[in-house]
Amino acid sequence: MIRLVLLVAQKDLLIERRSRVLLWQVAPFGLMTLVLCGLAVGPTASTQARLAPGLFYIVLTLVSLLVINRTSQLESSRGTVTSIQILGMDPGSVFLGKALAMWVQLATVGSALLVGTTVLLHVSVRAAVLTLPVLLLASATLSLAGVLYGRIAASSANAGTLLPALALPAFAPVLIAGERAFSSLVVASPLARWVWLLSVALVAYASVGLLLYGALEES
Amino acid sequence: MKLLIRRALGPLALASSVATFVMGYFITPPDKVQGDLARLVYIHPAEAWVALYLSFGTATIASALYLWPRTRSMVADRVAEAAVEVATLFIGLTLLTGSIWGRPTWGVWWVWDARLTSTAVLGVLMLGYLALRRANDDPQVRAKRSAVFAILTAVNIPIIHFSVMWWKTLHQGATVFTENRDLKIHGSMAWTLLLSFLAFSLNFAWMVRARYRIADREAGQRDSDLDAALVARRTETAS
Repeated sequence: MIRLVLLVAQKDLLIERRSRVLLWQVAPFGLMTLVLCGLAVGPTASTQARLAPGLFYIVLTLVSLLVINRTSQLESSRGTVTSIQILGMDPGSVFLGKALAMWVQLATVGSALLVGTTVLLHVSVRAAVLTLPVLLLASATLSLAGVLYGRIAASSANAGTLLPALALPAFAPVLIAGERAFSSLVVASPLARWVWLLSVALVAYASVGLLLYGALEES
Repeated sequence: MKLLIRRALGPLALASSVATFVMGYFITPPDKVQGDLARLVYIHPAEAWVALYLSFGTATIASALYLWPRTRSMVADRVAEAAVEVATLFIGLTLLTGSIWGRPTWGVWWVWDARLTSTAVLGVLMLGYLALRRANDDPQVRAKRSAVFAILTAVNIPIIHFSVMWWKTLHQGATVFTENRDLKIHGSMAWTLLLSFLAFSLNFAWMVRARYRIADREAGQRDSDLDAALVARRTETAS
């Protein structure tokens, strides 16, 4: 199973490395959105620093939509899904492999955005470094959920506009938990419950994915 | 028996709704603290019960039945669709009556309270479910994807609820049963509240049944249209 997971992840990451969509389209979009957020909250550094955790997770959520859309498009060409089915690959492994590839991409963009947040929105370097494990956990949760929602929306009419309608409400807990954990680090308050919530969401999405991704592939 | 239930459901729903209105508006006294505003308790909790538990519970069970190969049938899919449509309506009504109660009580139409926010998020998820159904023409694809989405939403609901509850909460505590299991509502008010739950549940059953029948007839119409088109094409080819 692990070999298959790594194989699927490697395939998606190889396509990404060759197309460079993450580097030339997704990351610039994220950084530009961060700049726009800075402009929207005004020039006061203390206000920007106070709102930075929330703005960071909003931008990360928007960026994740682009990554999900991109990942689900990889299999959108005619016959690709059928070919995967004919290969007889375990759907659970395909699900985890795709989530792993998406996690690598989201964690990479998220880290770049974290640097941007530190520079542009005046968050302390200490808080930014300490929030990195939470960012990895949040992006893993977004990736697992993203693969599922991306597959549900894929090949539907207007998939591009359908995906945000399906996924954004479900991303609310990740946004809340991530923002609260980041804010807790900024003001040095406990963050255990938010890490716990993210972990529960991660396990829930992984379980549902392992159980039901096969049904989605059939459709 | 089935026929009796089918025939009696509509009149029973109507009769219990009228009885709830008469009891809630004319017979029960106004509340000591909130006055006539408290009469919303005969509508709002029952709406929330139908929207969050009855409708969504029905949709989740029907979706699980569809996904389970042994119980897979379009009946389950149509029941899930009907339940979600009713859920969306009742979520809207729950938020509306909650706002009407919140304006004089809290001074604002909307607060970022746990129950309100998670109900609103669930409402948007239900709209997403309906959008998903309209984005897929193939009945089997539509049914399978909608069922997975409903299950995913059911898993998400407690996570959304706890995340928003820990984030902030303002909502009034439980009215019927507190944590110590003692009733906080008595006499005619308690009976009217119970009656309202019965009335809204009967209305839910009637509405789901009506919506299911429409979906069933739509599917029958599509099939007969397809058959007619095939016959016409065969006749065209033969001549």
